Amino acid sequence: MTRHVVIVGAGPAGLAAATAAVRAGAQVTLLDAADQAGGQYHRMPLDTYETKRPRILERCDWWPGGAVWALERHDERRPPRVHVISGPDGGTRRRHVLEPDALVLAPGAHDRTLPFPGWELPGVFTAGAAQALAKGEGVAVGDRVLVAGSGPFLLPVAASLLAVGSHVTAVLEANPAATVLRGWTQSPWRLAAQAGKAAELAAYAALLARRRVPYRTGRAVIEARGDGRVEEAVTARLRADWSVVAGSERTTAVDALCVTHGFSPQLELPVAAGCALRDGFVLVDEDQATSSTGVYAAGEVTGIAGAPAARAEGVVAGWVAGGGSPARLRTVRRRRDEGRTFAVRLAAAHPIGRRWSGWLRPDTLVCRCEETDYGTLCRTADVSARAVRLATRAGLGPCQARICGPTLAELLDTNPHDRPIISPIRLGELANPPEEKESTP
Amino acid sequence: MGAGIIGAACARELALAGVSVTLLDRDGAAGATTAHGEGNILLSDKGPGPELRLAQLSRRLWPAMVTDSVPGDRAEWDTKGGIVVAATDEGARALTEFAAGQRAAGVRAEPLDPCALSAAEPHLTRDVTAAVHYPEDAQVQPAGAASVLMHAALRAGATLRTGCEVLGAVTWKERVTAIRTTEGVLEADLFVNAAGPWAGELSRRLGAPVDVRPRRGEILVTTPLPPTVFHKVYDADYVGAVGSDADELQASAVVESTRAGTVLLGSSRRAAGFDGRLRPEVLSVIAGRALRLFPCLSGVPVMRAYGGFRPYVTDHLPIIGADPRLDGLWHATGHEGAGIGLAPGTARLLTDLVTGRAPEVDAGPFRVDRPAVIPRGAE
Amino acid sequence: MRPIRISLDGDPLTGSDGQTIAGLLLAAGLRSWRRAPSGAPRGVFCGIGVCFDCLVTVNGVRDVRACRSRARDGDVVTTQSRAEAP
Repeated sequence: MTRHVVIVGAGPAGLAAATAAVRAGAQVTLLDAADQAGGQYHRMPLDTYETKRPRILERCDWWPGGAVWALERHDERRPPRVHVISGPDGGTRRRHVLEPDALVLAPGAHDRTLPFPGWELPGVFTAGAAQALAKGEGVAVGDRVLVAGSGPFLLPVAASLLAVGSHVTAVLEANPAATVLRGWTQSPWRLAAQAGKAAELAAYAALLARRRVPYRTGRAVIEARGDGRVEEAVTARLRADWSVVAGSERTTAVDALCVTHGFSPQLELPVAAGCALRDGFVLVDEDQATSSTGVYAAGEVTGIAGAPAARAEGVVAGWVAGGGSPARLRTVRRRRDEGRTFAVRLAAAHPIGRRWSGWLRPDTLVCRCEETDYGTLCRTADVSARAVRLATRAGLGPCQARICGPTLAELLDTNPHDRPIISPIRLGELANPPEEKESTP
Repeated sequence: MGAGIIGAACARELALAGVSVTLLDRDGAAGATTAHGEGNILLSDKGPGPELRLAQLSRRLWPAMVTDSVPGDRAEWDTKGGIVVAATDEGARALTEFAAGQRAAGVRAEPLDPCALSAAEPHLTRDVTAAVHYPEDAQVQPAGAASVLMHAALRAGATLRTGCEVLGAVTWKERVTAIRTTEGVLEADLFVNAAGPWAGELSRRLGAPVDVRPRRGEILVTTPLPPTVFHKVYDADYVGAVGSDADELQASAVVESTRAGTVLLGSSRRAAGFDGRLRPEVLSVIAGRALRLFPCLSGVPVMRAYGGFRPYVTDHLPIIGADPRLDGLWHATGHEGAGIGLAPGTARLLTDLVTGRAPEVDAGPFRVDRPAVIPRGAE
Repeated sequence: MRPIRISLDGDPLTGSDGQTIAGLLLAAGLRSWRRAPSGAPRGVFCGIGVCFDCLVTVNGVRDVRACRSRARDGDVVTTQSRAEAP
């Protein structure tokens, strides 16, 4: 009988997994909460997408707008049942339940932005928001934009902003030049395999130089100010541990601020599937298998390593999940392992300094949804983490700690990824019984 | 032993009576059953009998406990009142009869005509055959309330030790003189088992098993809304589900809002051991029952679901008192879904029994040596 | 791209087919449209459906993520807060 593989997430990892699983002879259902395949990485305007749709979508059961709202672990010897709602939100979406022989989780990651005073002001965006709006819709988030935070991702974001006509006042990397250089230049021969990635970054750097956008290291945004919307950014010099150098503060007039300090893997799916984690990522073996039977993980949820590594992981995961022999994967495994080396290097070059919370004030919001401030959290931390969250409502608002979770996990001892309702489902949709299993919407 | 609502309330009451108290928890305080319920303080779901008397005592004690010098109002004490509705003629007869019995026992149970009902709950379905208002029903944010009680205990001289799991008892001549814990041996004159659904396991470790079982429940939480539900509203089947012994899923609609604007939707009851895995079909049933009461919530998103374990005794009564088999061991557990509401009365009764004061309610029905608690052959 | 018209709290706005509601509002010069519990203004933060800051009511349905919903011609969009009656 043909194996049925369900793949969640149609970014670089999920698309590669779908292709490999189809090649291995499996019947594939590919889901993505978005209505376009490609993920954040291949985001593009809808009219461009019409002509550039990945061809694999014709060869699998592709469910655009298919959000997994629950994974049901009904039998530990099998992968969980996949509960899906599909269609555009706002009407009644349809409910389906899939019972795959193997499940590949490739949900990706989103920006991690550390809190700072004023980060809740309109006009403060994650770098990913600026990127998505520019690439997906040609919308500029502001006319005078400061891009700040940490990581190589800041460069393509600045390039996207320039492409839609924003004036980028500067790109600020919080880590000092020494940390960044040490991370990138150690054993350069190991970077050779990632030459494509390096060339891509070099091209962005050249573009910024040409457009006279200064790139500064060891400097960060420590406050956003404005009346009802961001009007100026306060930047300051940081030491290697991200403590603020007193007296180094400067203000810059901006109408938008894009800040990202790295990426958070979207772990609610793997956690709901019962997958073991290690160091904040899904633990996988040589074949991308997780600790849960029949569940594979690929892409940023196993480590932030960029699109090439995600594709390689997707190929391994899809091929093995589809019943292919792992013995035929030598080349792609090498590519994946090179990608992982790249991830280690990236983490070393762009760490989050442990003294970052020095820029917080008692009234700085940590939880944006429920407006819980830093002072309240510090005062309440005498009962269980869950009791603190109930008392302060930190992490209990609409985003369910997707944004503040990593910060709460630092302040309290709590699992920031435990969200059994993986994606919000409306009561009317939930009350409806699922439509017949295995049907295509 | 157990720093949930019952342990915290007992620690407070005993410490105020001059007893030197240590409150233990294997994890953090107020993190398990206490933090996974709605925070109900109900008279409405209890018929005349010993549990109602304990609930009435508790309801009298609650206001003073949550208002004595509490900064920040963590308990979120809310005297919102409950409204119970029936949807069928048969349900209406049963509800009316039940309410009459409660009134005779001193409960305020006021029938609502359709006009008064729609004024009290404008978004509730009109498809109702009878409704009774219980103005004494109240609600707290349960983990916050436990934290308030715990702080009162600490102010009265109690100490809290978290991350301290009980492993066994040190006994001498059928008396427990100390307990062995992951943090060493602790001596005391008296040990109170307030471990909620884990009270069965704890009592086994101590060598005097009581039959307390976990009964799983799930709650759905919506995104925050403008004010829509003003009381605790539930369908009359809830009383039947609370009193049921069935292992299979029992679900009835319980709908209420919290101060943050979220709406909590319950409730389910089923035997699942300590299996915490989510069952989507249970959530679906809860949603369907709730929508029958409030059809207008159909488009509202559920953003979270959580489940917990109620400490269940087959005769549906808590266990409060000394263990006849092992001197020095006491129990205060088995409150099923009513532990938040019954905590103050339980603590008062236990303290009365410990200190030799005359109890305000009859302790007999809650005694440890009854068939539902100590199965034959376990003595 | 085909032009479309939507309304925000009764005010007409134009955009083009394929835009998200958030993209359309930002392109129209708006920066905020939701109120946090304290009444503070909020708009787009993450832009990819994670932060729930950009929630709007669309054709009477609450809590729609503006950054994840394509605007459709004739959509009646209203801003929301926790204070008003539904």
